[in-house]
Amino acid sequence: MGMTMVEKILAAHAGEEEVKPGQLVNAKLDLVLGNDVTTPVAIKEFNKIGVEQVFDQDRIAIVPDHFAPNKDINSAEQCKMIREFAHDKEITNYFEIGEMGIEHCLLPEKGLVLPGDIVIGADSHTCTYGALGALATGVGSTDMAAGMATGEAWFKVPETIKFVYNGQLQEWVSGKDLILYTIGDIGVDGALYKAMEFTGEVIEDFSMANRMTMSNMAIEAGGKCGLIEPDETTLEYVKDRAQRDYTVYKSDVDAEYAEVIEYDVSEIEPQVAFPHLPENTKGISEVGEIKIDQAVIGSCTNGRLEDLRIAAKVLEGQKKADHIRLIIFPGTQEIYRQAMHEGLIDIFLDAGAAVSTPTCGPCLGGHMGILAKGERAIATTNRNFVGRMGHPESEVYLSNPAVAAASAIKGQIVGPREVR
Amino acid sequence: MEIKGQVWKYGDDVDTDVIIPARYLNTSNPKELAKHCMEDIDENFVDKMSNGDLIVAEDNFGCGSSREHAPLAIKAAGVSCVIANSFARIFYRNSINIGLPILECPEAVAGIAEGDQVEVDVDSGLIKNLTKEEEYQAAAFPEFMQELIDAGGLVNYVRRRVKNNE
Repeated sequence: MGMTMVEKILAAHAGEEEVKPGQLVNAKLDLVLGNDVTTPVAIKEFNKIGVEQVFDQDRIAIVPDHFAPNKDINSAEQCKMIREFAHDKEITNYFEIGEMGIEHCLLPEKGLVLPGDIVIGADSHTCTYGALGALATGVGSTDMAAGMATGEAWFKVPETIKFVYNGQLQEWVSGKDLILYTIGDIGVDGALYKAMEFTGEVIEDFSMANRMTMSNMAIEAGGKCGLIEPDETTLEYVKDRAQRDYTVYKSDVDAEYAEVIEYDVSEIEPQVAFPHLPENTKGISEVGEIKIDQAVIGSCTNGRLEDLRIAAKVLEGQKKADHIRLIIFPGTQEIYRQAMHEGLIDIFLDAGAAVSTPTCGPCLGGHMGILAKGERAIATTNRNFVGRMGHPESEVYLSNPAVAAASAIKGQIVGPREVR
Repeated sequence: MEIKGQVWKYGDDVDTDVIIPARYLNTSNPKELAKHCMEDIDENFVDKMSNGDLIVAEDNFGCGSSREHAPLAIKAAGVSCVIANSFARIFYRNSINIGLPILECPEAVAGIAEGDQVEVDVDSGLIKNLTKEEEYQAAAFPEFMQELIDAGGLVNYVRRRVKNNE
């Protein structure tokens, strides 16, 4: 019997010929990641383990992005703690304000995550790197601490669900819509404890940005990871970025899947996830009249250059509605600079948007765009839980960048066809 | 480990944002986090609960963020055990790593009502509903996970391995 990509990656990193779902393995890690919220707890736990140094200073990435630039004194203390730890342990991949980005936009851009890797990150959206054909998964701070100390982590080999996307995409439909549609179909625990594998002709045609958006939200279906087989698009992306060797793993044709789910994307229109779960999805034509107070474009889900280009295409020559706050935050400094060179930032400013330095801030209700009681936002982010962007009685609707931009113009949730 | 207390019951998909909202994540002090435990799903949870009480919930408890602050807040608030139909995988892993007792047991979730007095033997997985005089058996943990639990969590387990040069 053949193996899936995930099984092959785990077997290779555990020194086994073969692994099977359900088996527990101890695997070597290619990268361990943390941010300013999770790393402080990891440092405290690391210091209890009794090792002086991390397993490999080049294989740890620490990114202050959640409450950075520091939003208050406590956050400043947390950022100071991780900065000092990174300095003390001589960690190569610590990214300070001004050179940082939202971790899951930044690490692929820097070539720090590569096909065939096993990456653990003390951030649930670490699954983003599945788009590169890596087994990347979110863990807590204690796992991060143990990973930093030993360079290893234990894993239960997951079963894999294969998702196949075929057909002709409608205009303005993107990776965000396909993953929202999928979560709407299988539910927020539809892939619990399982690996997701995204395949089909639509995925083959997708850019890396669209692929990363899909893998990013695997966790929103409860998935351990969301992988896409590396192809020419992947290799082209990593070619000038990779600074070490990597291995391409592909699922065998006779690999065993827990389930195979096929979608004809021709039927799928832009999706909106209603409060308070990402599975509460509707097609844009079924949304009805929902007035909004804020539109947020960016995040580790949709903060890449391609996302900003789409938003700019909708916003060009238009103004946001009077009462709306439109907040756009590019994923990294590099994306910000490129958006500036392409004139996207001018389009955003002309439309009345606030353009922010990269941060996770508004997505998790940290800072830079908190909602008051009773307020509503449309956001290209990943979660719409109770209180996610601020007051427990505020609401978040999730969409792709084109819908968020069009909604900012109209002051209510609409598709881009309403404004272009 | 013997656990006994009153049950506070919740539904499906209790996410880590309601267990500990991000606005409180500018600290990792468990005592500070505990003050806001479950605040956005049950504003008065911390005031009304007593030390040793249990949380019982339905499917996918702890979904969302990887924040270990969620099980830390629950543990520091004095909750002795969480029983659910299923747990989101990062929350499950974090709970075992930090030594918060959790059990998956749909029979218990179906049988236990809010306010019931419940006694749990974590080692055997036996759950006794003292109010209804019923018993439920949770599935045993895989051997390796039981080893982690017995060691008192992942850090103690790794510390021992490092010390023994394993």
